[in-house]
Amino acid sequence: MLLDVILRVITKLLLPFILVFALYVQFHGDYGPGGGFQAGVIAAASVILYAMLFGLEAARALVPVWVVEKMIPIGVLIYAGVGVAGMFTGQAFLDYNHLAHDSVHGQEWGVFLVEVGVFVTVSSTMLGIFYAFAGRGR
Amino acid sequence: MEAAINMGLLTLMAIVTLGIIRLRNLFAVVILAGIYSFLMASVMIVLDAVDVAMTEASVGAGISTVLMLGVLYLTKVEEAQPTHTPILPLIVAVIVGAALVYGTLDTPPFGQADTVMNTYVGADYLKRSVPETGIPNVVTSVLASYRGFDTLGETTVVFAAGIGVLLLLARAKKPKRRKQGEEGDDAS
Repeated sequence: MLLDVILRVITKLLLPFILVFALYVQFHGDYGPGGGFQAGVIAAASVILYAMLFGLEAARALVPVWVVEKMIPIGVLIYAGVGVAGMFTGQAFLDYNHLAHDSVHGQEWGVFLVEVGVFVTVSSTMLGIFYAFAGRGR
Repeated sequence: MEAAINMGLLTLMAIVTLGIIRLRNLFAVVILAGIYSFLMASVMIVLDAVDVAMTEASVGAGISTVLMLGVLYLTKVEEAQPTHTPILPLIVAVIVGAALVYGTLDTPPFGQADTVMNTYVGADYLKRSVPETGIPNVVTSVLASYRGFDTLGETTVVFAAGIGVLLLLARAKKPKRRKQGEEGDDAS
């Protein structure tokens, strides 16, 4: 990998801001542009940037492969689980109206949890694909 | 003003496309493809589709470029000389392009209020989103609540793509790294 000091220092300075921006895009998606998909990609991009400058091993120490491989199905499970939880409250699959004390709060909770599921799957899939490509070696 | 910005962006996109066609150095092609995605994201912003612009910028310009560079790391940087003449692909591209342009002639003007997509479902969502879900960004409420089943399908598609790529590529390192290969077995 590159041994460029400027890139490394700037990357280290930027990484926390990229991660905070990912969280902002995730949790502000109700009010501004964004949501689980975009936030997941941004979060994965921050780890990929780290891997490009500090090596694949460093990134794998930060986010191990087994974590990524577990996160891919967990996100879908969270999403589908919210749908099933809606069924347990007496509504249809993925109907969030009864998840909280009134339907508006129920909808907000449902959307929030569903976006978390999207974030988990998308970020880990992007990272998993990158690991798979970059780990093949020449 | 908006038309001028759009024309500028589309002209730049055409120039970038010509560059992608002419260049034989794949590294430059990957970077140009990333620039193309950023220009596309800018067009989306001009069209007020910020959510799509954000996705295009992060996926098209970000992740795709990185994955392409990862592929370049595994293969050659210089494109091989074509073995066929480009005449047949050129004819196909011209015909398809002409058909697409012909198709756009029937679409209503951009932003017109009394079209089908702006009168029935779209207007209904705009009216219902805040009182029913408390979410001002209608894109999010449609995506995660009204059309939540679609998004579950999309998430499953991403899941399937990730599992598929891992099954195809992550297996290759098994002889070298026994430990991680076994962990992969546990997960999948």
